[in-house]
Amino acid sequence: MAEKVALTGNDAAATAFKQVNPDVAAVYPITPQTELMQLFAGFVADGLVDTELVAVESEHSAMSAAVGASAAGARVFTATSSQGLALMWEIVYIAASLRLPIVMATVNRALSGPINIHCDHSDSMGARDSGWIQIFSENAQEVYDNIFQAFRIAEDHNVLVPVMVTLDGFILSHTMETLELLPDDVVKEFVGEFEPATNLLEVKNPVKIGPLHLTDFYFETKRAQVEAMERARGAILDVADEWEKLSGRKYGYFDEYRLDDADVAVVVLGSAAGTAKDACDQMRDEGVKAGVLKLRVFRPFPGKEITTALRHLKAVGVMDRSCSFGLEGGPLFNEIRAAAYDTDLKLTGQIYGLGGRDVTIDHIKSIYAELGKVAESGRIDPLTWFVGVRD
Amino acid sequence: MGSNLKEIRWHGRGGMGAKTAATLVAAAALHEGKFSQGFPEYGPERMGAPVIGYTRISDEPIRRHQPIDKPDYVVILDETLIKQVNVTGGMGPDSILVVNTKASPAEVRKTAELEGGKVYTVDATSIALDTIGRNIPNTPMIGALIKASGVLEMDTIKHDIETKLLKKLGQKIVDGNIAATERAFDEVKGEDD
Repeated sequence: MAEKVALTGNDAAATAFKQVNPDVAAVYPITPQTELMQLFAGFVADGLVDTELVAVESEHSAMSAAVGASAAGARVFTATSSQGLALMWEIVYIAASLRLPIVMATVNRALSGPINIHCDHSDSMGARDSGWIQIFSENAQEVYDNIFQAFRIAEDHNVLVPVMVTLDGFILSHTMETLELLPDDVVKEFVGEFEPATNLLEVKNPVKIGPLHLTDFYFETKRAQVEAMERARGAILDVADEWEKLSGRKYGYFDEYRLDDADVAVVVLGSAAGTAKDACDQMRDEGVKAGVLKLRVFRPFPGKEITTALRHLKAVGVMDRSCSFGLEGGPLFNEIRAAAYDTDLKLTGQIYGLGGRDVTIDHIKSIYAELGKVAESGRIDPLTWFVGVRD
Repeated sequence: MGSNLKEIRWHGRGGMGAKTAATLVAAAALHEGKFSQGFPEYGPERMGAPVIGYTRISDEPIRRHQPIDKPDYVVILDETLIKQVNVTGGMGPDSILVVNTKASPAEVRKTAELEGGKVYTVDATSIALDTIGRNIPNTPMIGALIKASGVLEMDTIKHDIETKLLKKLGQKIVDGNIAATERAFDEVKGEDD
């Protein structure tokens, strides 16, 4: 039987990792991730997990330790935020290219500078071309559910791609929310015994991991990563189906909320999706046919499926919690716009919430109001704008 | 979101337990089969600096992730904040203000320049000093809120104070907190009282 609890997002993540009971955790603290690993360290100290907790001296070392342990055949996880992810950058790419099924919780926090501890998605977005699968979470329940699914997707021998599960810093990491936990034995069976694809410690079958690939093999390695990421698409849906059978909670690439008969909709990642759903309901009460597409899987990017789901809309706002300097609109907007290139979809982009700036129901209603004008006139002007910024 | 969503905003100063109150009430709601959220406004955390806590309680899952800008209830742990922080911001005609003060609800209404809504007052500081021995007025203000709002049953919160605070604070302090919660529940006054 599922158990209903009230936990912070960090606690929900730590609890999921406890139930997975990985072999190795590589740990370096950074706000707002610190509490997650502190709680997990408590589980280790109390003997509730068998995990070897490696306290390292930086995030660069955390990811390096994760790579070493994973190559040696261990089930490994780590967690970080912002500058921590930035510091582990080169090893993040190496983990993906070595096809090591590491799971990492990224507690989203704005990148410096100016120094800031609050949420935006600039840290994860910076890693979007690193070769990791990226799964975003709307609330503490999704954080919990996504972590179990992440291990299954990463460790699928047809995939073998590391997975990043994100949760919005403070907004989810430090907010206590109601969620359901599944029993240890149920999730243990779901995650299953870890069967490493490579094991450096297996002396009878010696392997070499991470050798030099120059003009002879580098290109093939990259193509193999591209193809593995393509195979992840099916694995993500299969694992979601299995999880739904256990939990009753449905997951896919994205979640469509009141989208079927909508005229206008916003596309959004992370915790703001819940706020958008409340804004959507209020617009519906006011007679506007509003909808929400909450994107869950950002890598691999489900461009075709998103475009199909949005095809009937009169105007769409794509909300980005990060920006790309010198390019109009944020990364999510530009990727959806590229995917919709061959359609007549009327797309606009909104940059919101940088450095933890609040995004409210009223902000999102103001986006719907602008989309209404686009729908009516058929004209897009402006193409992108900021929401909640001071002039 | 249905009309049964209740949004509570807590104003205190660092060290008074506003964050603890916000999350304690949220966690307790679970035991009545409700959905909840509890979170503080994060900023530089200093003893004595103005802080805000937020609690949402609903019969349905809570989806929004934003600070509470249209509170149903505002709980003020330190009355000097009334003139320093926009504590009544976003209060509607049915919102309820609960203040830790020796003053009457009518006097607080005047000081806060509040039109509409309802005002309740309780001397939570004296209650805390009597029962806990320190000016940590969060648990008495929870008692006052419960009386003024009915968002939870008293037994639910008492059970949670007992179980959540026991390990951290010990039996004597827990007993003091429960006594404080009960006394404030009994002593809080509305404008018609």
